[in-house]
Formats: sequence, C-alpha cells, structure tokens
Amino acid sequence: MIRELPDQAQAYRRSTTPPLKAMATDNPAQAAPANNVAHREMIRGLIQLAGMLPVLILICVLFSFLTPRFWSVGNGINVVRQASINIVLAAGMTFVILTGGIDLAVGSVLGVTAVVSVLVSLMPGISWAAVPIALLAGLAIGVATGALVAYVGLVPFIATLGTYTALRGAAYLVANGTTVINSSISFAWVGNDSVWTIPWLVIIALLVILASAFVLHRTVLGVHVYAVGGNIQAARLTGIPVSLVLLFVYGVSGLLSGLAGVMSASRLYSASGKLGEGFELDAIAAVILGGTSFSGGTGTVFGTLIGALIIAVLNNGLTLMNVSFFWQLVTKGLVIILAATLDKLRTRGQG
Amino acid sequence: MPANPVLEVRRVTKSFPGVRALKGVSLTVRPGEIHALVGENGAGKSTLMKILAGAYRPDGGQVFLDGKPVHFHTPHEARAAGIGIIYQELTVAPNLTVAENVFLGSEPRKFGFIKDTAEMERRTQEVLDRLGAEFKANRRAAHLSVAEQQQIEIARALFYRNRILVMDEPTAALSDRETDRLFDVVRQLRADGLAIIYISHRMAEIYDLADRLSVFRDGEFVGELERPEFASERVIEMMVGRRLEDFYKRNKMAVGDRIIEVRDLGDGERVKSASFQLRRGEVVGLAGLVGAGRTELARLVFGADKKRTGDVWLDGKKLTIDHPLDAVRAGIGYVPEDRKLQGVFLQMSCRDNIAMNILGRTATLGVLNFRSINERANGQAKSLRVRAASLATKAGGLSGGNQQKLLLARWLEINPRVLILDEPTRGVDVGSKAEIYGLIQQLVEKGMGVLFISSELPEIVGICDRVLVMREGEITGEVGGESGMEINQQNIMKLATAL
Repeated sequence: MIRELPDQAQAYRRSTTPPLKAMATDNPAQAAPANNVAHREMIRGLIQLAGMLPVLILICVLFSFLTPRFWSVGNGINVVRQASINIVLAAGMTFVILTGGIDLAVGSVLGVTAVVSVLVSLMPGISWAAVPIALLAGLAIGVATGALVAYVGLVPFIATLGTYTALRGAAYLVANGTTVINSSISFAWVGNDSVWTIPWLVIIALLVILASAFVLHRTVLGVHVYAVGGNIQAARLTGIPVSLVLLFVYGVSGLLSGLAGVMSASRLYSASGKLGEGFELDAIAAVILGGTSFSGGTGTVFGTLIGALIIAVLNNGLTLMNVSFFWQLVTKGLVIILAATLDKLRTRGQG
Repeated sequence: MPANPVLEVRRVTKSFPGVRALKGVSLTVRPGEIHALVGENGAGKSTLMKILAGAYRPDGGQVFLDGKPVHFHTPHEARAAGIGIIYQELTVAPNLTVAENVFLGSEPRKFGFIKDTAEMERRTQEVLDRLGAEFKANRRAAHLSVAEQQQIEIARALFYRNRILVMDEPTAALSDRETDRLFDVVRQLRADGLAIIYISHRMAEIYDLADRLSVFRDGEFVGELERPEFASERVIEMMVGRRLEDFYKRNKMAVGDRIIEVRDLGDGERVKSASFQLRRGEVVGLAGLVGAGRTELARLVFGADKKRTGDVWLDGKKLTIDHPLDAVRAGIGYVPEDRKLQGVFLQMSCRDNIAMNILGRTATLGVLNFRSINERANGQAKSLRVRAASLATKAGGLSGGNQQKLLLARWLEINPRVLILDEPTRGVDVGSKAEIYGLIQQLVEKGMGVLFISSELPEIVGICDRVLVMREGEITGEVGGESGMEINQQNIMKLATAL
C-alpha cells in the first residue's frame, strides 16, 4: 500500500548489513502467495471445525480392535441413544459457556422437570400437558437464572450453584422423596419408539444440535452470543442488549434441560428426586472436549456433539470390554485431560 | 571508533499464518547507547522484540551477542544471556512485595527451602537506591503507582546484570513528571554501559533521548539515523514511506444546524454539570487533563453510565437514553478509549467486527444475510484501507491502527448523526493517524457532527473547529468558534489548569 517511493526509501537504507539485492528479490516472492492466504485461512478453519473428530475416530478404531461387539450398526445407534440426553444438556451448556458463563443446575433442572412430567402425566384430564409443562418449567427456571446473572449481577458459578442445590431439593420435594412411576406414560414414544431403526431420542438430540448450530451461526442472536462471550464491555458499548442475550442463553439451557428431563422420564417411565445427579459435569466435559473456550467467545455446538460422543463411546466400549465401573471413571477422566491437552497443543500456534 | 556492537540482528525473518511479520530485518546496538526503534504498528518491532526475548524463534537470519551467534529457545535463556525486556503491559505481581517481585522465580533460600526475606530486601534495596526509587523493598507492589511498578521491572533487569534492556513504550502510562524521572534513570543506565533499545511512538521522546534510531516499515529495515541526522519530517517519511503533506490539513466547513444539545448533564460525581451543543459539519474537541471527566461525559451522552441530572436533545427532541442501545438507535456512535478492552472483539473475524451493528438491519427474521454483510464489510474495509490477510482474519491478529479502523468502519456502517471519538489515535501509528484525520474530514463533509476527545493537544488544535475544555467535571470554557479565543495550546492549557 505504501510503496510509492522505493528509491527514496532505499536512499535512507544504509549499506550496513542488509544487502539491497536480497530484499529486492524478496518482494515479488511474497506477492505471489498472497493469494494463498485466504486458502490457508480456510484450511485452518476446517482444522478448527474438525477439532476433536480425529480423537473420536481414533477411540472408535481402538475399540473395534479391542472388542468385536463394538463395530456394528446396532451398537452405534445404541451409543448415540445413550449419549442423547447428554447431547441435549451439553447443547444448552454450549450457549452458556460461549458467553463466558456456566450452568451447574442442568442436572437438577432435569430432575425437577422429569418428576413434574411424570406427575402431570398421572393427572387425569391434563396428562396431555405433561411435556409442555415440563418444557415451560425448564424455560422459566432458565430465564430466572439468567435474570440473576444479567440483572442482579451474580457470578454465573454462584448463581447456578444456588439453583443447582435448591432445585435438587425441589425435585425430591415434588417427588415426595419417592420414585414416581407411570407405566402407561403418554409420551412413552419419546424414549422408546423409533423411526425405522433410529430411536426418537437420537433424532431429538440431533435436531437440537442442528437447531442450536443454526441459531449460533446463522442468526443475529448467535453472533451476539459470541460477542458477549468475547468482550462483554465492547458488546455493551456497541449497543448489543447484553442482558437479553444472557437471559436467552440461560433460557435455552433451562429449556433444553427440561427437554432432557422429558426424555429421561419417558425412557424410564418414572422419575425420582435423584434423577440427573452429576449430569452437569458430563455436559460441561462434552462442551470442553468439543473445544469451546471456558472463558467464552469461541467454540461450536458441533464440537460439543463430538465431545458428547467421545464420552458415550468410552462408556460403551469400556462396558463391552467388561472394565469395572471404577476403572471406567478413571479412564474417562484421563481421556478428558488428554484430549484437552491435545486441543491446547493444536491451538497453541494460533495465538 | 564506536564500541563493538553488543547485539547484532542480521536479516531475521519470521512468518505467522497469513502474515510475514519480519522480512529480513537488521539492527546493530552498541553498549552505552540508547537506540530507538521506530515504525508504524505492524512494522515488526514487537515481533523482533519477542525474538530477542526468546518468546519466538526466527525462521531465518541470525542474532549475535558480542559477535557470537545465539539461539534462544526460552525466555529464560534470553534473560540468562543478559537481555532484559520491559513490556508495555507490566508483569508485576500486585500481591507480592517489591523484593519478591524482583526475585520472582529465583528467591534466595536459607537451608535450601526457607525464603530469605531479609536478604532479598537488602539486595533489592541496593538496586532501588541506585535507581533513585522513592519506595522501600518491602512495600506491596499493589500500593505503588504505574511508574513505580515500572521501576520494579527495571530493578529486576539490573539485578540480573542485563547488558541489553529493551523498553516497549515505557512512557505510555506515565505522567510528565514520571517520564522525566524515567529518562534520568535511562540515561544513568546508559552511562553505566547498558545498551538500551527504546521503542516508542512519541517522537519527541526519541529526539530527546536516543543516540541513534532505526526505522522499520512493513517488516523491513528502512534505515538508521545518527543523532545529528534526526529531523522529524525525515523520520516520519521513512516510517510512512511517503512525504507527509500537512498532517492535520482540513477544509473547515460552513457549520450547519444544531444536531445535538446536551443540557446540564451530570452523574453527581465525576461530571458535575455539562452543557454543550454540536452542529452539522463540526468537529468539536473535548480537551482537559486526565481525570477532568471527558470520557465520563462522553459515556453519559452515550448511555454507557447512569446520569443523575440533565438531558440530551437530538434535532430538538429530548432523548431517553438508558443504555448504549438507545443511543445507537437515536444515531449516536461512540468509539471508546480502550480499543482492546471496550471496542474490538479480538476472537471474531474482521467481517463480524465491522458488521456488528448492521447484522440486525440486513437480517430477515433474525437470520443473517451473509451476502449483504460480506459486501458491506468488504466495502468499508477497502475504503478505510484495513490491512488484513482477509476479512475472515481474527481481529486480534491486526495491528492497533487497523483494529481502530475496524471500529470506525463499524460505526460508519450505520451512518450516525453524531460520532464521539475517544482518543481515537492513541497507540496508533503515524500513517493510520493521518488516515483517521482524513476520515474525520469525510464524515463532517457528509454532515455528521464529531465530538473528538484527545490528550494530544497538537492533534486537538490541528483538527477541531472549536474546543471545549473540561476541568474537574465541568466544562470551564471554549476556544475557537464564537468564543473569540484562538485555538492554541496555551489557551487550552489555561482553561484546563485554571492558572
């Protein structure tokens, strides 16, 4: 851009060290690859998008060798079905973590909404409303949490630590300390039926991922989510309604937790106050394995899908190999650390 | 004959994905000299500095210390070899004492494990005395001013017996008095035989301090000047690569109707009661000392902070501004003071950074219209001459001047009635500065009103039609326009300091 007076610039150049010839021949050589820059950016984007996919493939290949029962269509569907609830929770969690927040309450919300859905399904006359009421309950809890973060100004960890504890208690209270059962639950198809061979659980989980990806990457709101996570001050000063964005992400997380609650209840024909305990940690693990930055601003929901599948494949493969539950936990933890380390190494050069 | 060079950099190259940061730069530094390194942002100064610090490894070329080639693999090796670096962002740990900061990582121990605080503080105090520091080694760093924290870093460098000291924009956060003190220290270090590489944008400092200067441009070494050859036009021309026409030249325009009027605006604290108006085609400066309330006033107008008193009127209508969003909707734009913290989304693409405010306007039912966004972002980037590998490049990878252009582009896209620019040229290279001034001219030609906040008086004097001067939260006076007072630095300073 500013290369108008080369002769003058050279006049200033002293004959100390840099030979002018070497520099002169240098310039055209770098003009040529300028075209490659966009190309290289694209490749880098692809690598980033692929993220943990190679790790998932590697683990699958490994299990195929280690246990003959792993590599089959039936088992594949089985794995995704087992992952489905975590996928739904983790999709919501992705929204929250992208804004630099965290939602510790997703497991508790799942518990409450599952119990509520079973109870409503037992009420004659309004049993049809079981699913909408559970979803609305999840959404309402999420929006309330968002309000604590956005308007009261609580730190997300603290706000959701509170809701996590309180809602777990609420789940036990609503279930009256027992397990509520409905063997003829009206929405049993969600957890148990299939379209051809694909279970509804899997279809719902994948639809949630697609819808989330659409919102995050194709809508104004999605860009705003990334903007708030990347630089909250700049977002405010640019005129982004930051508080509404926060209400939205916690609302999504609550709504999807409610959906996960419905899925669980339907699968089990029952629910108890204990349902969903510890699920928040698997959801967070899936998001982080998927390459979303814990401090917000970068990450994709497809990454989260891969992350959730890695966790599910590990559970499934290790079970097929008859590895004890204790060792499964140890292995899962180590894989999370290893995968996160790999991701760190992979992205280090791009700072 | 001058002394043998202590540091020699020969044809060092370094590339990052999408950018060739250094295309073969050379630099020769001798002991007992202050060697200034100048160049626009993105010229390669920081990259070279990071190579010297051992943070990056060069792709090609060599670095010689005392004539011997060296290869640093870690910052530790560079430090051990005698190169000390004082970064613009200080690396002082606020919760530790001065002595603990100086010794960080190599604390003397008793019996191999007990921290020997007394010994640390005694040795630190020696170095502090040598620097003429006015604080004790056992103070907590958090209690010290920025200038004093910087002295901790210098003390650290001295302590490790560094022979080469690289200082990156050391005066960026210092007051005038603190700057003078720093210069005394730097000259003292030179007298002690240290080689000092001094990186700064402030040419006045360089003319004051440096013995020699090297100019970098676009990752290349342009030339080297000895002190007698220093002349500001020549240096700036070398930096920019073209002759600078009058830097601040503007066609003053006929001023139009009133656009915005601010009446008795205040937050009850840092802005007491400010009233002013801004007309079409006018650039109004807002001057004052640091802490006079200029940024605070701008933020009140923009709705970024809560006002306690007063109103803002636009085109004769009273506005309700509770949130920046309200201001944006009314047609007020604000380019904040701290680009990185408050303006740019570093992890997002240049395209998203530019298009952030028009996403909604081009979208259908909230769904992004990528074609329209790309076209408009592309157009803005071209007309503002944003230098980036592509629009998909993350903003964090751009130089300060180019990041500032992204911000300006973002506001230009929505074509506001009033644009508030808060220190828009801070930390921006000379070439981009000239471009920003040119842009301001274009804006007022379109009928926009510009409120221009700056701490650089020459800049305010150069481009403003009128200047409002603030002191202690109040607008204490006006120069230019109908005030009858000439716009010059003396008049502004008089109002700013009430002497």
